[in-house]
Amino acid sequence: MIVAERKPMEEIKRLIAPYKKILVAGCGTCVTVCWAGGEKEVGLLASQIKLARSAEGKDVAIVEATVERQCENEMVAEIKDKVAGVDAVLSLACGAGVQTMAEMFEEKPILPGVNTTFIGRPQKEGVWVEMCGACGDCFLDRTGGVCPVVRCAKGLLNGPCGGTRRGGKCEIDPDKDCAWVLVYRRLEKQGRLDIMRQYYAPKNYRAVKRPGKVQAAKA
Amino acid sequence: MAKPFREVLKSKKFVVTAEVGPIKGSNVSKITEHIELLKDKVDAINVTDNQSSVMRYPSLGVCLLIKEHAGEPIFQVTCRDRNRLAIQADLLFAYSRGVNNVLCLTGDSIDVGDHKEAKQVFDLDSVQLIHLVHTLNSGKDMAGNELDGGTDFCIGASATPSADPLEPQLVKVEKKLKAGVSFIQTQAVYELDDLKRFVDYVRKIDGKVKILAGIVPVIGAKMAAYMNENVPGIFIPQQIIDELSQAPKGTGVAKGIEIAARMIRQIKDERICDGVHIMFIGREEKVPEILKSAGLM
Amino acid sequence: MKAMDKQIVAFCCEHSAYPAADLAGKLRLRYPENVLVIRIPCAGRVDVIHILKALEKGAAAVLVMGCEDGACHHITGNTRAKERVKYSNMLLKEIDLDGRRVEMFNLSPNSPHKFVRAVNEIANVVNRPGR
Repeated sequence: MIVAERKPMEEIKRLIAPYKKILVAGCGTCVTVCWAGGEKEVGLLASQIKLARSAEGKDVAIVEATVERQCENEMVAEIKDKVAGVDAVLSLACGAGVQTMAEMFEEKPILPGVNTTFIGRPQKEGVWVEMCGACGDCFLDRTGGVCPVVRCAKGLLNGPCGGTRRGGKCEIDPDKDCAWVLVYRRLEKQGRLDIMRQYYAPKNYRAVKRPGKVQAAKA
Repeated sequence: MAKPFREVLKSKKFVVTAEVGPIKGSNVSKITEHIELLKDKVDAINVTDNQSSVMRYPSLGVCLLIKEHAGEPIFQVTCRDRNRLAIQADLLFAYSRGVNNVLCLTGDSIDVGDHKEAKQVFDLDSVQLIHLVHTLNSGKDMAGNELDGGTDFCIGASATPSADPLEPQLVKVEKKLKAGVSFIQTQAVYELDDLKRFVDYVRKIDGKVKILAGIVPVIGAKMAAYMNENVPGIFIPQQIIDELSQAPKGTGVAKGIEIAARMIRQIKDERICDGVHIMFIGREEKVPEILKSAGLM
Repeated sequence: MKAMDKQIVAFCCEHSAYPAADLAGKLRLRYPENVLVIRIPCAGRVDVIHILKALEKGAAAVLVMGCEDGACHHITGNTRAKERVKYSNMLLKEIDLDGRRVEMFNLSPNSPHKFVRAVNEIANVVNRPGR
């Protein structure tokens, strides 16, 4: 899933400063799961904004709304009346959601309230880790299901680098595992180390020509 | 005029190389001094490439300086800052100016350097880089186009004999050997057993590649502890740390040199490997002293 | 004028703080007039949004009062409440408001003096000049 993190309060305050009527818009999918921008987070942030403005002696009118998926035109259309009544929207959705809102309501400033960070999964409660680099050329079969594109700090295909820390930790972060040590151990368990011994030619970094576009065969 | 490094490697000589680190700036006077100091005492001089991800005067620039002073340079190329086009272009330029030796490295991560917000390139890794140089040597570029004027580089790679865990590193070393390298310069070794084990492993795959043990003098117990914690691929045993902490105050550098020289002597006397690569960045002027203490001068 | 203006809102668990507050009243123990006691089945019933809403409505402070450690009638209600109060403190800090305005207290049903002490303590914090 897409993992995002709410922006620092200082930045959010700066973004909404010019506006008096604001819609805080959440999304019921990825950002709900990673506690960044779901209905609950919308409610808490709306409350914080009201308290902050009140303490500054300034007015603000906050409207709250959460749609099932902020990246779908039909779902976003459901809150068009709420959007019409405000000066700006603080969207807590990922970048795709923010931009859908911006396309649907072109005259309204849509402000991003979270930083979209990566495609990942929960490691334990409240902790999410990056898993997939959306490189468009998946080769997880050859790495025992460990993606070196994002889980190796340097994105190496013939790893590890010479900087692996003692115990198999990453050169740049002693709390992170060296992805290539993970690959080695995984392939060893599967009796497929010969695959790691094969040379991986330089990657096609243009497998997905950005901005990416995919058309399903059915369309 | 220095002998081509490739020829030194073919001989039975105990090979000695040293490293110089470019300065941050365009003032090449200091590095020119180091070049003059070392060029006749070692078989070749490596030049680092934005070492530790700190922006500096380029490796290729210093290699040309070495050529101008009749020395033999080894052009260190990392994959961190340049993509495959830039690397190929640089190699063509290097070769056209008589720089014939290249050490293929992955490169430190951007985070350890001083431009921490820069984009890391890593379009290639060190193994792919070795293949790339072979491709240029064969008169073609990576896209398969014929070159009007190819290259004939002597190719080297690095390795970390003291890695922990070691097996994944060895898988990579095997790939480098299979890709074809003429020399290996290892990361700093302090445990000669690690070095012996590494040499045995390499010999099983390639009997001809020359292995040069990396020698980095440690000048204090604190420095040793710091390096163990922070410098990737370095493991200094407690024995050496103890020896350093027992050295009287102010004699750290001398002690570090003594330990390094002792290690070099042992490597040479026991023929553990084919030579040494001395890295004393920031104290290049002390390298002749190490060579002398080790009986190499 | 907001609904809870200047009130000290006390969410009182019916197994502990509410009987304690009741007893304090019967014993005519003195505590500030502006305390609004809200009876709840368990401290764990209070969510972060309730705390923030009380402050939005003008409350000077919010107390969440539940059973002593290990004595929660609903096993983990008071533990959850503690975490939520901590989170509320952090949310207030983010917007430069005094985190001390929200506090958790644990007490047993027969401790009216403890109830009074808790209320007086937080009243002191919020009645100081400034915020």
